[in-house]
Amino acid sequence: MAEPITLKMTVNGTDCVVTVHPFARLLDVLREDLRLTGTKEGCGEGECGACTVLMNGRVVNSCLVPVVQAQGAVVVTVEGLAQGERLSSVQDAFLTYNGAQCGFCTPGMLISATDLLNRCPNPTDGEIRDGLAGNLCRCTGYVKIVDAVRAVAADGGAAR
Amino acid sequence: MIGASSIRKEGRAKVMGTACYTDDKFVPDALHGVTVRSQVPRGILKGIQFGAGIPWGEFTIVTAADIPGTNRVASVVHDQPFLVGIGEEITHPEQPVVLLAHPDRRLAEKARMAVTLEVEERPAILEIQASLDLEQVIYGTHNLLKEIRIQKGDPEAVWTRAAHVIEGEYRTGAQEQMYLETNAMVAVVEQEAAGLRVTVWGSLQCPYYVHGALKQLFGLPEGQVRVVAMEMGGAFGGKEDYPSVNAGHAALLAWKSGRPVKVVYDREEDLACTTKRHPSRTRLKTAFDAEGHLLAIEVDFVLDGGAYATMSPVVLSRGALHSASVYRCPHVKVHARAVATNTPPSGAFRGFGAPQSLFAMERHMDICARKLGLDAVDLRRKNFLRMGDTMATGQVIREDLDLGGLMDRALEEIDYHRKRTTFAAANDRESPIKRGVGLAVFMHGCGFTGGGESYLASVAGVEGLADGTVSVLAASTEMGQGKNTVFAQIVADALKLPFEMVETAEVDTDRVPNSGPTVASRSTMMVGRILEDAAIGFKQSLVQHGFLKEPYTADSFREAVAKAVATLGSVKCYGQYHRPPNITWNDATYQGDAYPTYSWACYAAEVAVDMDTYEVKVEDFVAVQEVGRVVNPTLAAGQIEGGVAQGVGWGLWEEVTIKNGRMINNQMTNYIIPTSADLPQIRVVFLENPHPAGPGGAKGLGELPMDGPAPALLNALENALGPLRLDEVPMTPDRLLGRCEEVVHG
Repeated sequence: MAEPITLKMTVNGTDCVVTVHPFARLLDVLREDLRLTGTKEGCGEGECGACTVLMNGRVVNSCLVPVVQAQGAVVVTVEGLAQGERLSSVQDAFLTYNGAQCGFCTPGMLISATDLLNRCPNPTDGEIRDGLAGNLCRCTGYVKIVDAVRAVAADGGAAR
Repeated sequence: MIGASSIRKEGRAKVMGTACYTDDKFVPDALHGVTVRSQVPRGILKGIQFGAGIPWGEFTIVTAADIPGTNRVASVVHDQPFLVGIGEEITHPEQPVVLLAHPDRRLAEKARMAVTLEVEERPAILEIQASLDLEQVIYGTHNLLKEIRIQKGDPEAVWTRAAHVIEGEYRTGAQEQMYLETNAMVAVVEQEAAGLRVTVWGSLQCPYYVHGALKQLFGLPEGQVRVVAMEMGGAFGGKEDYPSVNAGHAALLAWKSGRPVKVVYDREEDLACTTKRHPSRTRLKTAFDAEGHLLAIEVDFVLDGGAYATMSPVVLSRGALHSASVYRCPHVKVHARAVATNTPPSGAFRGFGAPQSLFAMERHMDICARKLGLDAVDLRRKNFLRMGDTMATGQVIREDLDLGGLMDRALEEIDYHRKRTTFAAANDRESPIKRGVGLAVFMHGCGFTGGGESYLASVAGVEGLADGTVSVLAASTEMGQGKNTVFAQIVADALKLPFEMVETAEVDTDRVPNSGPTVASRSTMMVGRILEDAAIGFKQSLVQHGFLKEPYTADSFREAVAKAVATLGSVKCYGQYHRPPNITWNDATYQGDAYPTYSWACYAAEVAVDMDTYEVKVEDFVAVQEVGRVVNPTLAAGQIEGGVAQGVGWGLWEEVTIKNGRMINNQMTNYIIPTSADLPQIRVVFLENPHPAGPGGAKGLGELPMDGPAPALLNALENALGPLRLDEVPMTPDRLLGRCEEVVHG
């Protein structure tokens, strides 16, 4: 058996130290070691985007990130979007517009949508669709997701 | 309350990432279970070898020889083993043979690869025609999982006297449900004084199907099995019957090891081994008079069911019953067969056989219109079913049906006639982009087919809680469609209470009655209606026992419930399905009311084809439907939009590639489902016509949107490109190129 490794990360504003299998993926560490199970595994090969998190301010598929690469990183997961019980504007819009159906793509979709709106505060529908094309949803046909993102932009953006 | 776009009950947990799906459940000391599969399509299992380099002593190993009860998965037909035993027949390449469990997930995976099977291979049947030709007899005497005949009048008497007889053959491919959450199950087996107690928590649509399967597998009575539905990351039929299999596997490992066991498929395993939409072949023969009135329809409908029956008998039934689509016709003959092949069993997928037969008929109508020199819209309008007309089974249309008006609304929304003209002019120019519009008109039967609802005799209930709120008791599961919300709306509406005062109870077979499976567009209409009755009964018993006085307010109701619970300990009221007196069905003759009612729709699609790459872009899509009264417009629109997206995928891109009976593109990288960039803003229109059978007038709508997109898209493609052999879905760029070359090369 490979020797476990110890590394540090800041996840959702909290400093964490984890001792894990050296080949573990960031996704495994988030879900199994930190029990942040909001982040989902849909494919394990970077196609579906259900495991999307922010790492050092960039969106990544956490199933493709060997955890050794996350040494010292600042990570934000779906659990880090709300302030306590107060939903972020993107979460609130997904709730209002029915952007989440089964909810399994939702955590990754919310991270990508938040990142999109931070980079591009007033996206066109085409920019929203292109911006979220790395996150697969099988329930919604994306209509209500686009509606939700458009509404957040119209209402002052993701940072509201 | 009914008619309001109430916010999804579990929505907050979903956007916060706290909703608990099966693999999110923290299970201390759990073992990870994996499955060794047959890998060959047909043969006799002769032996099992456990290779070197694995500490086998640390593993829990289960084979067929360990099974304590019956090694058959309880289903429509009890034909499928949980595990193939030594000396028994392997009938498809993903058949489970050995189960392994170990605390280390990586080691369990490594061990799975170290097991080899000795198999004496036999020749396999891998597609429909070979099965029909009985090249090998692999199931029963004629490879038939089910055969159905429906007859109205006598088409044979029509062919020679009709002005026109038009024949066609149509094919549809398998389709993967591609729920984002793969199949997952957690099992615990305890030794109690009363005997074994088996509990599973899983991603499953039908808790009582799994309950029945576990009882049979372990030979246990009712009370010794418990099934809990976790939050579910999509299903679409893919978790209708399959969970009986993986729940059994997890429970067997838990029973043998004495530890909790998690069985979570990775995507590749889920795609390779779980059920998919049945591939189909439909031959149609239709007769018309000189004006274009349908005189006769003959349908030869064949589904590839794979190695075991699973849901094939009922999928076939629904397909057969939808095969004449929405047309009035005096002479109809349907011959429907589900055949066995040595491929993993096909199963339920949204639409359940209807998309296959409706694709054929709705595509055929456009081809007939061209051959008759009529407009496809006019040909349909001449032949639509109306009130008083009789369908193939003798079912009389009793509602005020206006399919012409429905179609007109779709034509208007998509600007059909203007686009047909402008696209025709533009397509004549030397442009690499060709555009077209097309439509399909169709229906979807609400609830179980034939006598299914009577057989199920579903029960659902309403319970008062100590805090005075009300809980919905039903085994119907939430898979994203909005059951939690819609049930709460229906009960709140019946009790005249605020939506917030009603919640749905956790779907746990120890707590909720059997309201039937969560399938067949039946939850809102069928279970919702039972809940409406239960809610009224609940209120009446509060009044009769002196806890409640009418009229009441939300607060006085809350006080009454709290007091009743404090006094009596438990306050519940159940309702049960009762067959309406005017609904009759004869399963032997296939005559009668196939469904209590239907939802009706016209979908119109606009496509642009790039003649350099043969890529098809869907530029606009309009979905107009009549689904009775809409309980929650936002959730209902979400169902339609999602169903249309799946239908577009099936029509254009989603191809299951099979080699020697196995799916070889079993990854999201090479099985292509639509992304946000691939789809237009799907436009949804509801025309409301309340139906007395459903709660508040609601009908079923979940499956309907799967039926229309594929034929509408291929009809639009023909409009863009002219007459081609557009007889098959998915019409991928490769296939479309081939069809265009057929025209060039003759």
